[in-house]
Amino acid sequence: MAKYDLDDNSVVVVIGSGAGGGTLANELCQKGISVVLLEAGKRYSAEDFVNDEWDSFGQLSWLDMRTTSGSWRVAKDFPNLPAWICKTVGGSTTHWAGASLRFKDYEFKTLSTYGEIPGATLLDWPLSLADLEPYYEKAEDKMGTTRTHDIPGLPGNNNFKVMYAGAKRLGYKHVHTGNMSINSRPRDGRASCMQIGFCFQGCKSNAKWSTLVSEIPKAEETGKLDLRTESQVLQIEHDSEGKVTGVLYADADGNQHVQKARVVAVAGNSIETPRLLLNSAGGKHPDGLANTSGQVGKNYMRHMTGSVYATFDRPVNMYRGTTMAGIVEDESFHNPDRGFAGGYEMETLSLGLPFMAAFLDPGAWGGKFTAAMDQYDHMAGMWLVGEDMPQESNAITLHDSIKDQYGLPVPNVHFDDHPNDLAMRNHAFKQGSAIYDAVGAKDIFEVPPYPSTHNLGTCRMSENPRDGVCNSFGQAHDVANLFISDGSQFTTGGAENPTLTIVTLAIRQADYIAEQMGKKSI
Amino acid sequence: MSSKGMNRRQFLHSSGLAAAGAAAGGAVASGTGQKANAADMILTTLDPETASTLLAATRTIYPHETLSDIYYAGVVEALDAEAKGSPDTAKMLTEGAKAMNEAMSVNFVELSPGNRLEIIESMTDTPIFQKIRGTAVVALYNNPLVWRHFGFEGASYDFGGYINRGFNDLQWAGVPSQDASPDAG
Repeated sequence: MAKYDLDDNSVVVVIGSGAGGGTLANELCQKGISVVLLEAGKRYSAEDFVNDEWDSFGQLSWLDMRTTSGSWRVAKDFPNLPAWICKTVGGSTTHWAGASLRFKDYEFKTLSTYGEIPGATLLDWPLSLADLEPYYEKAEDKMGTTRTHDIPGLPGNNNFKVMYAGAKRLGYKHVHTGNMSINSRPRDGRASCMQIGFCFQGCKSNAKWSTLVSEIPKAEETGKLDLRTESQVLQIEHDSEGKVTGVLYADADGNQHVQKARVVAVAGNSIETPRLLLNSAGGKHPDGLANTSGQVGKNYMRHMTGSVYATFDRPVNMYRGTTMAGIVEDESFHNPDRGFAGGYEMETLSLGLPFMAAFLDPGAWGGKFTAAMDQYDHMAGMWLVGEDMPQESNAITLHDSIKDQYGLPVPNVHFDDHPNDLAMRNHAFKQGSAIYDAVGAKDIFEVPPYPSTHNLGTCRMSENPRDGVCNSFGQAHDVANLFISDGSQFTTGGAENPTLTIVTLAIRQADYIAEQMGKKSI
Repeated sequence: MSSKGMNRRQFLHSSGLAAAGAAAGGAVASGTGQKANAADMILTTLDPETASTLLAATRTIYPHETLSDIYYAGVVEALDAEAKGSPDTAKMLTEGAKAMNEAMSVNFVELSPGNRLEIIESMTDTPIFQKIRGTAVVALYNNPLVWRHFGFEGASYDFGGYINRGFNDLQWAGVPSQDASPDAG
């Protein structure tokens, strides 16, 4: 592994080692570029992961203090846990389920397609599906996504069988075991899926793609990567021209260092990324780094989500096998006749008994709740995930009094559902319930959103610098050598699970950074 | 709940699993395994009457007929551990239990299920209710011995996952097409 001096100002500093940062770091290293990758969390391996929901949650989750506000139920049920994301090498790719869906063409053109929607800050992306297709190809190959590159689909588990039967009876056509970045055959030095059933807890067989098992080891093989774990970036520094010059970070012992940099790429997920820019205010950037638009932290999106669980006369044992074992794609299109703009996916999901107790109806108690829990092994479940409307008031801001262990303001996450989100969730609850009704469901449970796993849009890309924080390559409008490299870039959220698109954008961004460095533009 | 499930759980209970749970949890099972009182719990801080009251309250909050008291005792032991580290929590739990016992002219543990429920329902905005419920939802359902009663098999990696152990053994919903769900490789 490479070791660069703190004063080496020729390196690219990447902040965060998840889907965006881990991929970007590897892509740059493959091109011979020197990278310092700063990761706030520790490094674990498959041997360290545990098939235990609460223990794993403690091991992998980002549990630093955060606050919430707004009318979303998460603010009431989990006031200090707005998001269920990770602080570890590999970031939330250790925790993700593996669903790898491309955005649809219209989802890059939502303002043009949906028109103005009151209260929503819709905007077309400054790029198109055609621009991304070659990069989607590369991302799917890199990640080993099933049903691409001649990779067979995964075998469906019991939970999928129930969903499939119901969906087919309802007349849905596009029902299958998904496009999953989980090996259905041995590939890329990793084994095929053992149907363990703890995808969210870090895959113990390495069948699931993550930057931890794929991008980071490959980057290390190049000899160009300097990965520093337990290194939390506190501020990004800039010079009198406003260009970034390096980052201030704290190591595992709390000692603070400044790493110089030629380029800085931020990939801390959509809460920490804008928080870091806001905490870096000063000098030429009095309102926060790269924030002349005032859009840093704004337009926070978390996807329209919800779950439907149903019980049956006969056992299901949904927890056996891949957590996200199949999908119904038929509602993922735009048709305002349904009463809302945009579409949603229905994807099987299961929780173990401990998390089912925590999430089925947070705060619930009494005989109705326990009667539902008593049917756990007769239960099937699905997650509903669709496009939510960007709103300027949904935002990450700095808390005015609460500070973290480094004395920096903690982030507050404010969210209110848009009427479009509510209408879509209502439709999705009805359709998800209908699927289970079609195969004889006894009791059906409409489950509210979990803490956010898809955090998007807080440093969005825009054609016009007035409307967003970065351009189509994630390059900050205000600062040529500063890049946004995670889901914060998303102009709008699409219906699809975002990881594939984050990886795709990172591959494209790496090409651009290398080209700009080659031209000495940055 | 199907009668089949009930029978299976009752079988698990009668087969001695409940007693095994007591041994693993450090508690001492009472004679029948059905009732636990303060003498059966390993307590460091809370007094026996408070502990018995909290156990009855926990069962009222999360009533599972087929779960023996020893599993609820695990929740009380978790509360006791918190009380050991926090005098404020100890005071809240002790005073809260006293209030539950004074709410009607009969001690809480002697009350009918309906009367217990009425008292708990009157407490849902109180810190002690939030403390008991919040502790119970983790401590009760995160016990591997309780999982067996619900049919959750827990960690699977050491057994090779479910690839050869029933991940797709469900027969009653039909068989998806090969396109939709290819065979395992």
